[in-house]
Amino acid sequence: MNLRALLNILTGRQDSKDVAKERLRLVLVHDRASVSPEFLDKIKEEMIQVISKYMDIDEKQTQIKMHRSEGTAVLEANLAIKSIRRNV
Amino acid sequence: MGEVIVITSGKGGVGKTTTTANLGVGLAMKNKNVVLIDADIGLRNLDVVMGLENRIVYDLVDVVEGNCRTKQALIRDKRHDNLFLLPAAQTRDKNAVSPEQMQKLCEELKQEFDFILVDCPAGIEQGFRNAIAGADQAVIVTTPEVSAVRDADRIIGLLEAAEIKLSRLLINRLRPDMVKRGDMMDIDDIVEILAIELIGVIPDDEKIIISTNRGEPVVTNNNSLAGQAYRNVVQRLLGETVSFLDLHQHHSFFSRLKRLIGFGG
Repeated sequence: MNLRALLNILTGRQDSKDVAKERLRLVLVHDRASVSPEFLDKIKEEMIQVISKYMDIDEKQTQIKMHRSEGTAVLEANLAIKSIRRNV
Repeated sequence: MGEVIVITSGKGGVGKTTTTANLGVGLAMKNKNVVLIDADIGLRNLDVVMGLENRIVYDLVDVVEGNCRTKQALIRDKRHDNLFLLPAAQTRDKNAVSPEQMQKLCEELKQEFDFILVDCPAGIEQGFRNAIAGADQAVIVTTPEVSAVRDADRIIGLLEAAEIKLSRLLINRLRPDMVKRGDMMDIDDIVEILAIELIGVIPDDEKIIISTNRGEPVVTNNNSLAGQAYRNVVQRLLGETVSFLDLHQHHSFFSRLKRLIGFGG
């Protein structure tokens, strides 16, 4: 096990089981997010709630999506700010 | 009052039917009254795995359509008096039964049996919905492959949505030699990804194919590691705490033993 790990580091090779695990992890992020259409809507709604404590958000111009980028799943949110509340 | 357990997986060919047969025989060996329902209408298979294919008169569709009494359709096992099979219809399709009918049937069988095991068809359509309709708990079968684990994840979500109170994972066809080489996901990898309780790990064992050839589930075989693993799952179904087999150790032990008596490593 240790010898193999060392060999992998030296040769830059990855065990096929680790490749499988990584691919699975990514694919499941997408599966789970796309299975329920309300999922992203719910995140969007709650995110706006939290951020609205600090700034005014234009809900109509808010977009949230999920995509894949360089081996990780990314949650991307674009929020249009109307104004920021003055600090008390 | 009996317990209805559905054996499901999403993906086909991972060992649902073999698992249903082995858990059924294992529970019967523990003196429980057991009935196995083959819910794979149109692709009947549990009968041949159990070695009961020559005894079928009536089937599941006959029962729900009222062509016979439930008792008449139950086939008694060859070796265990307290084990019965309700075979699937071969000439009909999944739509011949509704979830409500399955639920009613399960309720009826629960009055008389300790365990009702439902062998679920592959897929997530009508056949799946029928199979889980009357279930109290689920055993999700997967193999250490990307496709099977992905489908298991989907099934776990659907079982949660259907409010099945207990779902546990059975990892089938694990090859300790491949895990050791880093070429197969290990138990921890899969449990971590699916975040679900484990009920058992069945090593890949050619004795399963040999016993299926004969129509005798491997759980009765005292010389098979897979048989032992299935017996342990049965104990866990009965609420007992059993530690998981150390598959690596067993593997080397058996190969050492084989070498010792001259069968090669």
